[in-house]
Amino acid sequence: MRNKIEIEDLKVHYGDIPALNGISLNVVENEILGIIGPAQSGKTTLLKVINRTLELTQGVTIEGSVRLDGIDVNSIGDVYGLRKRIGMVLPLPVGLPLSIYDNVAFAPRTSGLRNKAELDVIVERCLQQAALWDEVKDRLDSLGTKLSGGQQQRLTIARALSHQPEILCLDEFSIAVDPITTMRIEEVLKSLKNEMTILLVTNLVQQAKRLANRTAFMLNGDLVEIDDTEVIFSDNPTQQSTYDYINGNFG
Amino acid sequence: MRIQPNKATNRPFSETVIELFIRLCGISSILFVFGIFFFVFKEGASFLFNGLNLSEFLSSEEWYPTSLNNKRYGTLALILGTFGVTSLAMLMAVPFGLGAAIFVSEFCSPKLRETFKIVIEFLAAIPSVVWGFIGLTLMNQLIIQVFNAPIGLTMLNGSIMLALMSVPIIVSIAEDSLKAVPDSYREAAEALGATKWQVIYRVLLPAAKNGLLAAVLLGAARSIGETMAVLMATGHSVNIPTSPLSWIRTLTATIAAELGEVARGGEHYQVLFIIGILLFTITFIVNLIADLVIKGIRQG
Repeated sequence: MRNKIEIEDLKVHYGDIPALNGISLNVVENEILGIIGPAQSGKTTLLKVINRTLELTQGVTIEGSVRLDGIDVNSIGDVYGLRKRIGMVLPLPVGLPLSIYDNVAFAPRTSGLRNKAELDVIVERCLQQAALWDEVKDRLDSLGTKLSGGQQQRLTIARALSHQPEILCLDEFSIAVDPITTMRIEEVLKSLKNEMTILLVTNLVQQAKRLANRTAFMLNGDLVEIDDTEVIFSDNPTQQSTYDYINGNFG
Repeated sequence: MRIQPNKATNRPFSETVIELFIRLCGISSILFVFGIFFFVFKEGASFLFNGLNLSEFLSSEEWYPTSLNNKRYGTLALILGTFGVTSLAMLMAVPFGLGAAIFVSEFCSPKLRETFKIVIEFLAAIPSVVWGFIGLTLMNQLIIQVFNAPIGLTMLNGSIMLALMSVPIIVSIAEDSLKAVPDSYREAAEALGATKWQVIYRVLLPAAKNGLLAAVLLGAARSIGETMAVLMATGHSVNIPTSPLSWIRTLTATIAAELGEVARGGEHYQVLFIIGILLFTITFIVNLIADLVIKGIRQG
């Protein structure tokens, strides 16, 4: 089992406000790592450090190191190429103001792919994977922003898969999705695990329990505990606060 | 059975008053537009329907309203003057204005952006007569020297002044509409590995296209309606423009220059009002096209 991502003593400040206070963790290749914790605990910040979109925020300082396949992400010159290796699904579904087809074809096109037949294949594959194809195959030309919230969320998942990423980061994807669709996407994630490494940030602790091989619990910018999901969700995880959070004693 | 809300008992009195006031504000703006149109139309109506040769008015280039024995009212040269100077101005103002808006909205640091916005707003506040003065003196000399022209008061001079006047409008409206594009679009596109420029032309410009179009059209409307600067900078000479160095006269400048000199209610006076109706019609058509284009974009 190889480490896909190695994070070492990662500290992030927004101006004077600390967001991450020295976090170290590894993500193993082809696992689903669940990340749970209440709001403001630094989960989203962690994801944004990995694909280096956090540095676009004004006034942010980042210390420590994030290594992808053993290479420090900050030493990678082609930051756009790096971002293409990491699929990112944001909490609120953002259909770009383009057609459904163009939404999914966006990333391949930015890499210079123009061949319509190849794009068609990618669009269909990604929409299939995101469990959206059957609902939209007859109206690929209509605006992505006109889909319902749950459909838009699946569209963003399809989009994130369009450049065949090595890592898929999902940031609370099920906020805008109904339970049935959530289940369908969870099935998709289980099968995608064979092809890629998945980081699943979620507010639904049961979702982490269902899907994750290992689970990390974060609180106020600290990593409280990371362990096999069975251990975290057992009656005696190492930290008392983990037990309290999972069992609804606070938060 | 349908249940009707009972307005009299359900709504506080203040709500009714406020609604009435807002309703009046809305209706009054419509009334003012119609009032202006009605007045301009009334002043020119009797000659428009009785005496004026409309096809000659639109297609003849002979504008001799003060000739003693053969008065001719042909506005073709004036129409072409207005269109020529406006199009040339837009040719300069649109790329500069949109480029500046993209720079201010997407590339500037917040501090520099504030400075830029203040300078741009200041530029928009310069009275048109000052631009006319600059055209008459500075730009006149410049054009004479650069193009070796006999005189610098030309369509080019006027259009540069108009471009300088419409750029601030285009920049501020275009910048607003770019800023109105949600940051989540930028974040989503950046997370997909798009470069800054790809984010701009693949996501921001399509998302903001209605606002950008409005910016361009308002800039154009300002150019068409502008009077004083073109009166001073274009030579004010009735002439069909053949090159940017032609001297020309516009519809608006003609009204401004001649209305004070004519006998009230006379033929010439009425013709100037008919030119006003013509300007009205042109701006109406421009706005209509804009509406249709925007609707087309929304559906497409």
